[in-house]
Amino acid sequence: MKNIPISAMIGLAFTAVYFLMAIFAPLIAPYGMAEVVGDVWEPSSSQFLLGTDSIGRDLLSRMIYGGRTTIFIATMATVLSFVTGSVLGFFAAVSGGWIDQALSRFVDLIMSIPSLIFALVVLSVMPTTVTMLILLMGLLDSTRVYRLARAVAVDITVMDYVEAARLRGEKIGWIIFRETLPNALSPLVAEMGLRFIFMVLFVSTLSFLGLGVQPPQADWGGIVKENKEGINYGIQAALYPAYAIATLCISINLVADWILNRTTSLKGGRG
Amino acid sequence: MVHPIVKLVTQRLALGLLLLFAASILIFAGTTILPGDVAQQILGQSATPESLANLREELGLNDPPLTRYFNWLGGVLQGDLGTALTNGRDIADSLAARLKNTMFLAFWAAVIAVPLAILLGLLAVRFKDRWPDKLISGVTLATISIPEFMIGYVLIYWVAIRMGVFSSVAIVNDSMSLGAKLNAIAIPVMVLTLVVLAHMMRMTRAAILNVMQSAYIETAELKGLRALTVIRKHAFPNAIAPIVNVVMLNLAYLVVGVVVVEVVFAYPGMGQYLVDHVSKRDVPVVQACGLIFAAVYIGLNLVADIVSILANPRLRHPK
Repeated sequence: MKNIPISAMIGLAFTAVYFLMAIFAPLIAPYGMAEVVGDVWEPSSSQFLLGTDSIGRDLLSRMIYGGRTTIFIATMATVLSFVTGSVLGFFAAVSGGWIDQALSRFVDLIMSIPSLIFALVVLSVMPTTVTMLILLMGLLDSTRVYRLARAVAVDITVMDYVEAARLRGEKIGWIIFRETLPNALSPLVAEMGLRFIFMVLFVSTLSFLGLGVQPPQADWGGIVKENKEGINYGIQAALYPAYAIATLCISINLVADWILNRTTSLKGGRG
Repeated sequence: MVHPIVKLVTQRLALGLLLLFAASILIFAGTTILPGDVAQQILGQSATPESLANLREELGLNDPPLTRYFNWLGGVLQGDLGTALTNGRDIADSLAARLKNTMFLAFWAAVIAVPLAILLGLLAVRFKDRWPDKLISGVTLATISIPEFMIGYVLIYWVAIRMGVFSSVAIVNDSMSLGAKLNAIAIPVMVLTLVVLAHMMRMTRAAILNVMQSAYIETAELKGLRALTVIRKHAFPNAIAPIVNVVMLNLAYLVVGVVVVEVVFAYPGMGQYLVDHVSKRDVPVVQACGLIFAAVYIGLNLVADIVSILANPRLRHPK
């Protein structure tokens, strides 16, 4: 752990702060999430550190609770997309033949429609609940994890030790989880950071369009939507979520870059 | 004996059409076969059984899905996209003007972003690991990490409100002159440029760096050629195919970015039309817009594929 570069340290620190804020939101936030405590768009003061929002709720509290929602949804969706994507990807690579073909062509098809457009099409008939959002984002994004997992696993399945396991008569579950997964883990972990960022951006965009997290529940995209009118009067309320998302995403990027560098240098510095 | 390029390109085109067909099935299925009653969703929980039955009749929901799909597809192929549920207007008519606006916006963003991205990519390679490269990487990392709509608001705040240049809403109509239109879309174009610039520049840099690691580049360097000459005469021609690929992929990305940016700036384009009607649960409009976006996306990816086939000398001059 001594050799962590400064950029990765900064990234780790910021990421940790955001996650801790999300976990302990009710303890940290000075006011309640939907509590109207002041006037409309009050400037920042010692009472309201970031000022108040479009209907007089404390913006700092909204930001903290909003971060909680955004990070929760993004984390769940990332986990879902990783479990689905990597299990299917390994399964396709280990099985080969028509199963591989069928799964891969289906994934190609889903990826041929932009995720946002596909999500909008589905959300036009489905209720916008948090569960629905997680399912939709996770499954749509699992196509990308699938591609990576399959590409990595295809290289692994031709190794002698996998061949040996097959000859021993191991079942497909063993080959996926005991032979392939441990050797494919590092590129997947690095990719996980990028997928998480994508999820944060995705859920914020949907909420901003009014099709994600529904009010009075706070989330970063929604805060922008609620306060966007203020911009025209020179009120910064809608910009704080932008700074929050940017710092969170950049920190995670820094960490992911470091992991990626470390794992690729294990292969002799190629790539 | 057919030339292999003709064969490959025809194959790609056929594959593209097949993909588009499959995408239309997927879009249709996404709105109909998923659990949940469309009529119930449109009218809400308080709807009476009669109005539900009426709406189902009107939407043709009582027919089997396959029949509905082919009715819809048949209409689409003849340019009939159906009528909007919310205002009963013909969708194709409403879309035509909006599609033109969206293309106008995307066109100007592309005109600025593409040359800029390639130039910056070349610069980053030329000064690899020195401060210009690091600066460009840092700025692009920042723009990748902010959603499009937030770049939009940050720019509105700093450029339109604080500095007082350009307008914060981009409302255009046919009676405006080109100059007035360009002035109106200045900030949206900046946002879109920033959004695709980062991806495009990073991918260009990676593509050129990939070429720069080949043996013939090392030879050129050992011959004592200047760095820019090496890039211009040896690296760039070989990097054209990957770069065109990058550009096309990013134009496809641009088409999606347009959706959000249009909402931010209240720009009368297709994206805003789509988002509006998603929240109104106007399924025929959503299907039509979804299909058009998917078609443009698939089309641009297809062009990228075909260009990389055409740019490959091994395929152009078969043995």
